[in-house]
Amino acid sequence: MKTGFLTIYWRDMLRFVRFRTLLFTSLVQPALWLAFFGVAMSNNFDRLTATLPTIPGVPTVGYLTFIGAGVIAMTTLFTSLFGGTVLLFDKNWGLMRETLSSPLPRIHIIIGIGLSGMTKSFIQATVIMLFGLLIGVRFFDGYTLSRTLISVLGIMLFVGVFSLGFLFLSGAIAISMESPEGMQAVITLLTMPFFFTSNALYPVESFPPLLRFLSTINPLTHLVSGIRYFAIGNNFSAIGIQYVYTPNDILVSFLSLLTFAAIMFLIARWRFSKVSVT
Amino acid sequence: MAVDISGDIIEVENLEHSFGDVKAVDNISFTVRKGEIFSFLGPNGAGKSTVINILTTLLRLQKGTAKVAGYDVDKEPEKVRESIGIVFQELTLDRDMTVRETLEYHGRLYSMPKEERRRRTEELLRLVQLEGKGDTRTKYLSGGMKRRLEIARGLMTRPKVLFMDEPTIGLDPQTRIRIWEYLREINREGTTIFLTTHYMDEADQLSDRISIIDHGKIIITGRSWELKNKLGQDLIYLESSDNRAAAEMLRELGSVKEITEKPKGLVLMLSGDGTHLLPKLMEMLTERGIVITTVNLKKPSMDDVFVHYTGRELRDEGAEKMSSAIIRAGKR
Repeated sequence: MKTGFLTIYWRDMLRFVRFRTLLFTSLVQPALWLAFFGVAMSNNFDRLTATLPTIPGVPTVGYLTFIGAGVIAMTTLFTSLFGGTVLLFDKNWGLMRETLSSPLPRIHIIIGIGLSGMTKSFIQATVIMLFGLLIGVRFFDGYTLSRTLISVLGIMLFVGVFSLGFLFLSGAIAISMESPEGMQAVITLLTMPFFFTSNALYPVESFPPLLRFLSTINPLTHLVSGIRYFAIGNNFSAIGIQYVYTPNDILVSFLSLLTFAAIMFLIARWRFSKVSVT
Repeated sequence: MAVDISGDIIEVENLEHSFGDVKAVDNISFTVRKGEIFSFLGPNGAGKSTVINILTTLLRLQKGTAKVAGYDVDKEPEKVRESIGIVFQELTLDRDMTVRETLEYHGRLYSMPKEERRRRTEELLRLVQLEGKGDTRTKYLSGGMKRRLEIARGLMTRPKVLFMDEPTIGLDPQTRIRIWEYLREINREGTTIFLTTHYMDEADQLSDRISIIDHGKIIITGRSWELKNKLGQDLIYLESSDNRAAAEMLRELGSVKEITEKPKGLVLMLSGDGTHLLPKLMEMLTERGIVITTVNLKKPSMDDVFVHYTGRELRDEGAEKMSSAIIRAGKR
């Protein structure tokens, strides 16, 4: 029964590829963000920041490249937060009774859903990066092939751990809720603070102190930092602000994501142990 | 670990279960023998589902002991789960998985090896006659087909006991009869079946033994004919050359409880088994020179047995369950 989570994984991926519309929209939506919001804001920001002096010796990247990392992170956040919904539907109308009455340890349900959600995030992140490169996001600029590969791996590592954390959270919410409407409301409410207290769309440097503090404990900020470090570099300027990431910063960010995922896992495990299926 | 099952595959002793202040199961004890079809027959809210949920380890045991296939449901729930199959009262299918995927998923959940999963799937699709539907998504199946698929799923792992909570609820008569046939077939192959139902004909036709359960208690257990005989409400209708004289004579018999005169004949309600009494009764009348022209013996139906033991009042169990209670009452 050690590989029981693969059953859960298999079935969730089966659904993912089966629902063509869902698959299609989940891939097109982030691309649209990048295409519309990214391009529109990029033109504004680039016009506003055109007069700022560039910092000598530091490469400057356009807003589209800056927000490229943000869109990957944001998409991962949304997809992962909704990734547990299947459990709620299963609980109300589907397979949950069957699954819970089987010898499969409950922990495998959490792990299986986590891994399938992570796979979906990988696919989405890849699509966004490819599409981004196509419309002018300057990721991996001047990188050698091997450095590009390592960078992609680094990004996936960050995306993976981050998505696991939010999938566990989502699973814990789903298994505790009664109605899809309630779940939708809770998740929408949750996304707001995560999204807007992060550095996904704009710099956090000029935030007031409280928001600034929130941004430093926000997993989304750590994910975005990780992606920018790997995709753009450890020293660049965007929107008139210089970004310097030391390997130490990135390690701290990664450890923060790991801690977050671990805490969420414990919460999910606790919520699942409370479930009864009658 | 080999476990010796000495005749009884389910052993329940002094089982009690409460939801808050409500005692759903009140000190129940019973055994199910290996290889039989055993029914819990009772109105809605009688405690049937609670018992089945405890036996299938979905509800934590509160008080008493319960063993299934030799394993204690409280101490070895995993072992119990590996030994049983469950068909739930509500449909628990993924609408967007195909028939074959549904069985595949189940087989995987129970760690069946790949080869065996494939073989068993084909076997079961044949058994429940869904061979042509293997790649159809379950949402395109009819109600009866869905039920058959769930039964096939319950049998996937060759369980020792198959638990079924209201197996034919909401199905049309033809489908119900088909499903009963499958269940008998499965049972012939050696699977013990424990089912709950509030359909009297289902319990009557399908089960080797029936327990009538109400208000969390088992009221009576036995074979269908035993329950009917015990009720002692056999009716005899007869027409003769002299009904009045016959009535006067029969009134003296201790085993005749009541005589009602009809325009052309008499209806006798007996206190015991009519099959033995009828020949004697005819002999007596003939000896007195009364010529019997028509005779008819009616055994009580399962409906009579059920209503006798559980009463006629509707159970207040919410609108949905209420409607099935009305159906039950309507069948009278």
